[in-house]
Amino acid sequence: MSSQATLTLATQEQAQEMGLLPEEFDKIKEILGRTPNFCELSVFGVMWSEHCSYKNSINWLKTLPKTGPHMLVEAGEENAGLVDIGNGLACCFKIESHNHPSALEPYQGAATGVGGINRDIFTMGARPVAQLNSLRFGNIKLDRTKWLVKGVVKGIGDYGNAFGIPIVGGEVFFDDCYNTNPLVNAFSAGIMKKGEMISATSSGVGNPVFIVGSRTGKDGIHGASFASKDITEDSAEDLPAVQVGDPFQEKLLLEATLELGKTDAVVGMQDMGAAGITCSSNEMSAAGEHGMIIHLDKVPTRQKDMKDWEILLSESQERMLVVVEKGKEDIVNAIFDKWDLSCEQIGEVTAGDRVKYYMHDQLVGDVPCADLVLGGGAPVYEREYSEPAYYQEFKKFDIESIKQPTDLVEVAKFLTAHQNIASKRWVYEQYDSMVGTVNMSTNYPTDAGIVNLKGTDKALAMTVDCNARMVNADPEEGCAMAVAEAARNIVCSGGVPSAITNCLNFGNPYNPEVYWQFVGAIKGMTKACKKFNTPVTGGNVSFYNQSAVEGREVPVFPTPTIGMLGIVEDKKHITSLAFKGKSDLIYLLGKCENDISSSEYLASFHGIKESPAPNFDLDVEYELQKTITKLIRAEVLESAHDISDGGLFITLLESAMYNNLGFDITSCSEIREDAFLFGEAPSRIIISVQETKEDVFLDILKTANMPFALMGHVTRGDIRIDDKSFGDITEYKKIYDNALALKLK
Amino acid sequence: MKFGVVVFPGSNCDMDMVYVLENILKKEVVKLWHKDTDLKECDFIILPGGFSFGDYLRSGAIAKFSPIMKEIMGFANAGGFVMGICNGFQILCETGLLPGALLHNTNHKFICKNVHLKTISENTILTNMIGQKALKIPIAHGEGRYFANEEIIRDLENNDQILFKYCNENAEVTKDSNPNGSIKNIAGICNKDRNVFGMMPHPERASDIELKNTNGRKLFESILSKVIA
Repeated sequence: MSSQATLTLATQEQAQEMGLLPEEFDKIKEILGRTPNFCELSVFGVMWSEHCSYKNSINWLKTLPKTGPHMLVEAGEENAGLVDIGNGLACCFKIESHNHPSALEPYQGAATGVGGINRDIFTMGARPVAQLNSLRFGNIKLDRTKWLVKGVVKGIGDYGNAFGIPIVGGEVFFDDCYNTNPLVNAFSAGIMKKGEMISATSSGVGNPVFIVGSRTGKDGIHGASFASKDITEDSAEDLPAVQVGDPFQEKLLLEATLELGKTDAVVGMQDMGAAGITCSSNEMSAAGEHGMIIHLDKVPTRQKDMKDWEILLSESQERMLVVVEKGKEDIVNAIFDKWDLSCEQIGEVTAGDRVKYYMHDQLVGDVPCADLVLGGGAPVYEREYSEPAYYQEFKKFDIESIKQPTDLVEVAKFLTAHQNIASKRWVYEQYDSMVGTVNMSTNYPTDAGIVNLKGTDKALAMTVDCNARMVNADPEEGCAMAVAEAARNIVCSGGVPSAITNCLNFGNPYNPEVYWQFVGAIKGMTKACKKFNTPVTGGNVSFYNQSAVEGREVPVFPTPTIGMLGIVEDKKHITSLAFKGKSDLIYLLGKCENDISSSEYLASFHGIKESPAPNFDLDVEYELQKTITKLIRAEVLESAHDISDGGLFITLLESAMYNNLGFDITSCSEIREDAFLFGEAPSRIIISVQETKEDVFLDILKTANMPFALMGHVTRGDIRIDDKSFGDITEYKKIYDNALALKLK
Repeated sequence: MKFGVVVFPGSNCDMDMVYVLENILKKEVVKLWHKDTDLKECDFIILPGGFSFGDYLRSGAIAKFSPIMKEIMGFANAGGFVMGICNGFQILCETGLLPGALLHNTNHKFICKNVHLKTISENTILTNMIGQKALKIPIAHGEGRYFANEEIIRDLENNDQILFKYCNENAEVTKDSNPNGSIKNIAGICNKDRNVFGMMPHPERASDIELKNTNGRKLFESILSKVIA
């Protein structure tokens, strides 16, 4: 018999508890032609949550460029975008957030984020080959921050290490705005043979529907709704909404899924992420324009007597819904038996558009799938937005109001030790970065992570980037700069930017000032992606990253993390960020700017948080990247490293440290020395070149329309600026390597 | 020489090992599924790294009960060559084919990085070609702290069973160069009969010239040189 709840008609109050608006409840009644029962309301509640429906963002997301010459699957069509990388291969990649779970239970929150993003990749039939992640935490001095950092990093490590996919790059950033809401964004990329993609669809009346992988438990129920609201003091009560991960099951599921993909038994497959069976059954049915019957009592469960709606909404990890061609059930059973995974037929494909859920032969839910999904009947809203006052205020900043410190060596050491600049090895040494034997950056550090495509001349380049402080100062320019930085990292490493995925972390979309940040970021991303010819293949939106501080809602910095994929056409073009030898010449490509706006130096050393984003010109950036590519292909560069966090000094330091070298340079006389050393103006790259190749190098530069300057040369270990000693590389290296571990103690 | 690479459900370095043997060293290699009971006439069995059965209990604790392990124990006891890397080393210790145990790293964290190894015994098929220069080979483990009681350690030393010790880049065995707290910096050992080998570092991750480090390849070349000679 069915549970009490399903017999009862749902109420307005229940709808509200699930995060639905009164008008949304009315719309549900209109669609069904009656009042939904509790089970059906739960289905609508999760499917129409911000997390699943993108109801407050989709109108703007649609304006992003999504077509490109190499796109095989565009944004929104499947679980992840798919890019043709040549040699008969395709790469699918995506970034996703797991912010809300990680704020409550950092270990499991981050671990299941890694699990979820990888399932998105292998459910399409691709074997994941590399991962990256982008993490943001609050003030490093807070015990809560230390707890979050340790938990998140261990969660990512324990899950990813056992699953066995290397982490080849990432970023970690600390700022007070993330005190309550950390951001955990996980990126994964996978490779498949072109034409072997498994689609997230369902068709063929009478075809059986299987649930495979882990058993279904009570974890993660209403997780999607939970991710669609602010974090408050009551959030601890949402703890059951956090899922629990099992990387061993995921590894088995990966191998079984890929084995299944090689057979002709599969019609369609989708992983279970947010909203579990509900989401996968409805999205697959809507995509294939069919109906489906599901017998919830046939779903293998962990606990006894789970309610129908609990089974429907469970976000238990490591599960897939698979539609199989009728008559080929044995193939599926044999594969999952081999891998000791559960595999149960729970329903079948039907004609029409209704998805019907049964419990012990009693109908407990009957919903039209098209009305539930994004692009179908899910609500779509236009949100109001307005420019916040701070935007113009920040522009009033004047560099002359900042007195240049007399001791710039002290500043240099302060920045080297700063948590946003110092080595993140405390973090990444807990990740297996070398499993798979494809990470080409381990012994040859590069701006982007380089992943070997064994047996070909090619490699992939991947990076995640976002300077959220700059996005906050100017959402449009800041986001364009994030795309540009990602492209610059790929180009400096010897690759060609191909496409991006994004993870849009913002506050409450109902706050017009937050929404203004969101709109600005989308506009900036659009213009930059068009310039670099890098379509947006998908990603996710995470709103409600804000919390109440003394009665006021405080959002995190707008953080549109850009995950970019690039292709290295010929491995001999891979270029390291590390200086190679003493007396090589050091050049700056780009301009010396008298600008310290939004730099770590200004924000942390001087404590000035109110300043605009530095000037940025997309055309200048594009010319710079074209030039670097030309130089790399002419094989004249020893190293290339883009200038970002910490400015020119930190960039030189990073280039010098790997081989224990130093540098001796002269500053630009026209600008302040602190701006020269620590300003973070974009569109600048530090390169080194052997003296014997300088002529060829200059010949190429002369044909380019861009400023450049000789800075000085590489030394055996001394650091000298304008003939003043800044110390020795070994002392900086010691600070750089150990600062983060010391601060996290 | 025919190599067999054992695949447990949670192995994740199996394909890396097969790649090195097959594509780089051009040798015959087959995968051996953990439920199998046939060693397919292999001359040299490798237990690769990974998390054999999730390793939630203790690394390698469940793997030792696999059908294939029964065969491997018989093979090893009859003098057949068996090598365990990382999780494979843990499994060999669990089965008793090698003495001692691998405990949690002293910092209680997973550690993945390049380390240096000094070859202590050159008197094995695995180490005869290496020489005394420090090898740069990566580790990647949470439970890699080698431990054994004094008596076992004395035996290992007296019988020349210690293959590798963690060292610095100048091949000096120092406290600072010990990444996980292993007793006496031990990174790898063999059995008394010198046909079963275990090591925590991953030589297969340092064998491909495209990754700009081939220090690990010397171990495999040692094996092959000995056999051909």
